[in-house]
Amino acid sequence: MSEITPSQTVGPFFAYGLAPHSRCEWRPEQGKDIYDWKETAGANLVTPDASGTKIRIEGSVFDGDGMPINDAMLEIWQADAQGRYAHPRDSRTRPNTKFMGFGRSATDKSGTYSFDTIKPGGVPGPNGKPQAPHIVFCIYSRGMLRQVYTRLYFPDEAANDSDPILGLIPADRRGTLIAHREGRSELPVYRFDIRVQGENETVFFDI
Amino acid sequence: MTLIFPKESLSAFPKHLTPDYRSTVKRSPSKPLIIIPHTLSELSGPVYGHDAVQGGDADLTKQHKGEPLGERIIVHGHVLDEDKRPVPDTLVEIWQANACGRYVHNVDQHPAPLDPNFTGAGRAITDKKGYYRFITVKPGAYPWGNHHNAWRPNHIHFSVFGHSFLSRLVTQMYFPGDPLFPFDPIFNSVTDEKARQRMVSSFDLENTIPDWALCFRFDIVLRGREATPQDTDKH
Repeated sequence: MSEITPSQTVGPFFAYGLAPHSRCEWRPEQGKDIYDWKETAGANLVTPDASGTKIRIEGSVFDGDGMPINDAMLEIWQADAQGRYAHPRDSRTRPNTKFMGFGRSATDKSGTYSFDTIKPGGVPGPNGKPQAPHIVFCIYSRGMLRQVYTRLYFPDEAANDSDPILGLIPADRRGTLIAHREGRSELPVYRFDIRVQGENETVFFDI
Repeated sequence: MTLIFPKESLSAFPKHLTPDYRSTVKRSPSKPLIIIPHTLSELSGPVYGHDAVQGGDADLTKQHKGEPLGERIIVHGHVLDEDKRPVPDTLVEIWQANACGRYVHNVDQHPAPLDPNFTGAGRAITDKKGYYRFITVKPGAYPWGNHHNAWRPNHIHFSVFGHSFLSRLVTQMYFPGDPLFPFDPIFNSVTDEKARQRMVSSFDLENTIPDWALCFRFDIVLRGREATPQDTDKH
């Protein structure tokens, strides 16, 4: 019998502790839009030494009524452009020594979040099969007693067709994990909306 | 040492849909979660070093010009894995209401004062023995809109990383003997009595500092245990 500590909701008031510089409209003092507290992790993952393609990820989080969730926190975890994780379990040499691959963003009043990061490379998968480039998402909010995990995949990636995780998802729901390329600006923008419940509900993982 | 993260360990967690906590009704997945294997993407996770914490981050009573009002307390404990081994060098973040039960947040407008000498956020990195320690003030109970006359028991929010993104835990630490326990749907979303008690700190007289501060102990057990040869055979 496991004796792990149970999860509880992050609640509505996490911003000053966990996301003090996020699109934070919640600070009580007038005229300041961020809390005066160093961030652990913010919405910009790019480091000066990170190689690869800079991208922006934007999206909104919706509840079962299609209403934006304006008090969610998203965490992302990803490999670098070479597909390597900044973690001891990944023993491969990592040239981007400062690129950590972890970010946090709170949603704003319209339920919107964004991250600036580097497009990850493909990473090793089970039984030696490669995985298509992807970013792990973890979502927390008031009304969520435990976090939910999902993944963002990129459109127009041939590797998606043979990705061992996408292959486990019913074809009619797979699209909820594919971001949409937006705009024609120099900075590629990928839109990734998350529907926590209901029609077009995002696929979440039982892990 | 290779850690594995059995799913059975999550049986103590609350269900996503817990209707007594009203906000879960529209914010819980309604479709089946998809079972996937644990790949390198899940088995790795952010690693923070001691540079993530600055001097004073763990003392919430020293972050402003004066001392906050309220009952000064020490909150300490160990972060452990499922084999009860220490989880060293891992980031622990906390946030809480002030002694009056008010958060530094625009959405919290209940009629209790903010304290100019208290924000309520802290962080610490566990040492080699998985040990962390905060100094703060005891948070007050506060009302919320879930149902008529709803009040949250006193609690401190905790966020812990651990060895992988699968061990990531956001939880709440409660105080022993709180009379609000039977009425709080968030606390009771954990339906197993023993599991619920693992969210309740214990009063620690031994580490209470005379004439200065009461002490509470809160040990945190994260997902992850060592693979046995049998487990390894499965892969």
